[in-house]
Amino acid sequence: MLTSLQRGLRRLEAVFNVAFGAAWNPWYQLGALGFFCFWLATVTGIYLFIFFDTSILGAYASVQRITDVQWYLGGVMRSLHRYASGAMVITVTLHLAREFVLGRFRHVRAFSWISGVPLLWLMFAAGIGGYWLVWDGLAQYIAVATSEWIGWLPVFGDGLARNFLTNSALSDRFFSLLVFLHIAIPLFLLLGMFIHIKRIKLARSTPARGLMVGTLTALVALSLLRPAASMAPADLTFTVARVDLDWLFLNVYPLLDTLGPGPVWGLLGGITAGLVVLPWVWPARAAERALDLPAVVDPANCNGCSWCFKDCPYEAITMIPHSYKADLRQAVVDPDLCTACGICEGSCPSATPFRHVEELVSGIEMPGYPLDRLRQETAQALAGTDTRAVFVFGCDRGLDITALAAPGVKVVSLPCIGMLPPSFVDYVARQANVSGVMVTGCHPAECFFRKGSEWTQQRFSGERMPHLRTSAGKNKVRIHWAGPHERVALKAAIESFREELEAVSA
Amino acid sequence: MTAVWARYLGQAAAYAAFVGTVGLLAPGPTYQHLAPDLATIKLSLRHAGELVADCHERTAAELTALPPNMRAPKVCPRERSPLQLELRLDEERVYSETLPPRGLRRDGRVSVYRRLSVPAGDVRVAVKLKDDVRADGFQFERTGTVTLTPAEVLVIDFDEQAGGFVFRTATQAARLAAPAG
Repeated sequence: MLTSLQRGLRRLEAVFNVAFGAAWNPWYQLGALGFFCFWLATVTGIYLFIFFDTSILGAYASVQRITDVQWYLGGVMRSLHRYASGAMVITVTLHLAREFVLGRFRHVRAFSWISGVPLLWLMFAAGIGGYWLVWDGLAQYIAVATSEWIGWLPVFGDGLARNFLTNSALSDRFFSLLVFLHIAIPLFLLLGMFIHIKRIKLARSTPARGLMVGTLTALVALSLLRPAASMAPADLTFTVARVDLDWLFLNVYPLLDTLGPGPVWGLLGGITAGLVVLPWVWPARAAERALDLPAVVDPANCNGCSWCFKDCPYEAITMIPHSYKADLRQAVVDPDLCTACGICEGSCPSATPFRHVEELVSGIEMPGYPLDRLRQETAQALAGTDTRAVFVFGCDRGLDITALAAPGVKVVSLPCIGMLPPSFVDYVARQANVSGVMVTGCHPAECFFRKGSEWTQQRFSGERMPHLRTSAGKNKVRIHWAGPHERVALKAAIESFREELEAVSA
Repeated sequence: MTAVWARYLGQAAAYAAFVGTVGLLAPGPTYQHLAPDLATIKLSLRHAGELVADCHERTAAELTALPPNMRAPKVCPRERSPLQLELRLDEERVYSETLPPRGLRRDGRVSVYRRLSVPAGDVRVAVKLKDDVRADGFQFERTGTVTLTPAEVLVIDFDEQAGGFVFRTATQAARLAAPAG
């Protein structure tokens, strides 16, 4: 099931790549968009709070003043506050669904996955609390329903709902508590978001600038076209029979009417528990498990350069004094943090095919895909009778390049393109039967192992060690990133590259 | 190569779909929480039942058996009676429950809150409360006919100082809010 969902998602992302380009593709930065929406809601919320009257009698009137009298700013701010919050629900939900579909919730990623679960509760609690403050019909409906819902829990009891029995039962003090909660819960949410990304090296919490501008413009346009409005003021002597529900935040409330509070607690508790245990109960595919063996350091080949330490996107590598080489250090891998991406192998200066050894072993090796296997697969691909072929290195997570193998096109696919040491590109580019080397993989904004494509690009451009040095000439090397459903574009890029190479050689 | 205008058009469509979803669902389709011809009755009280037994004077023998610092002449039990609450609408019993006192020593107040939806119009309400296990029958009772408009709320509360059950409706609230005379 996941495989077909993955295929569908990748197709959709490919369509977005055409419109937005990979760097602005919103699917690649849903988490960062969630952050952006949070900050939008925060900034607009601070503005609204300046004019908000935190009393039970003054709250509704103050919100109306903000909306009607100051429609050009306060009204837009109010709408933006509401819509940015709603947009956050959508981006966060899609973010969660996408990480699940891509299988990015197990092993080292389990921390981020599990720490994200309470954030869902906090996000909804923050949104629901905000609706109370308007103290209109919707707020009344939510207040009564929530107090009945929470009151079902023995620890709270029926006394909670008595707060909303009559208009006179409510006090300004209680309302001040609601205001406090609407500030405190988002602060806890922010703290949780910080913890959520804490273990991710160079975590991306800001979307691409163009995407921010586009999202903000679209939300402002929505605020102008459909300004947020209040229902009639709350009046506890009448039940709110029809309510303009926010189905993004308040979708659980109709369930309270149909199922009752106990089953709804059961349902939400079950979903929460299911999400928490998912990393342990949803197994990885056999092919993934076979590769998913943590990196191993070979002290004999490790010179302590620390390039792998700098490149590891999961901070799984630390440097310690070398076990037997004086004045040198060596890498150590924490298997609990290692995702077996192999980016460390690609950074190792000893991972070069030019070495004259029986079995090629680098300072840091992936047991699931050792360097010697890469050498053998490269040698096999080179062994064909083709002349002047384009040699393509690709990655298993991006486009499946094995299907591109054809006369004149030689291919080798690695678990991650970041695993490819630049010296292999140099080695292949120098071969007489190779006209050029094409390197492909996931788009840098959407590398499955986060930094494989970006680091490769930087190694090739000389910004990151090990640099690509080739006597064959850098014009014989080309990078073209391609998602799983961008075969046509990659084939066209290969053909165009071939034509350029032929033109140069002619 | 896709034309630039086509790319911008694609982006605009994606943004429109995104904020369109937000705009459609945030102030979303109206939800009918209560049918148009129904009203609401909220039965709610917070009350402590009577003590299950009287205080009693300790005998001289009982006092002697105690350490000197614990010889209080009078002992009062803390446990309170459970509340037996019953609500009838148009002579039909719609709610009846015996509610134990709260707390480890069963000495706390009981809070009750029940919400019912009833057809709007005239309804004969009879509510009874028994709060003393040592007495027979119900100690508090109130009956009356209330006219409820659609969505109107009848709150049946308990105010011991006012002598028992209190019926509150919007009409009553409006009357109270109106200037005297």
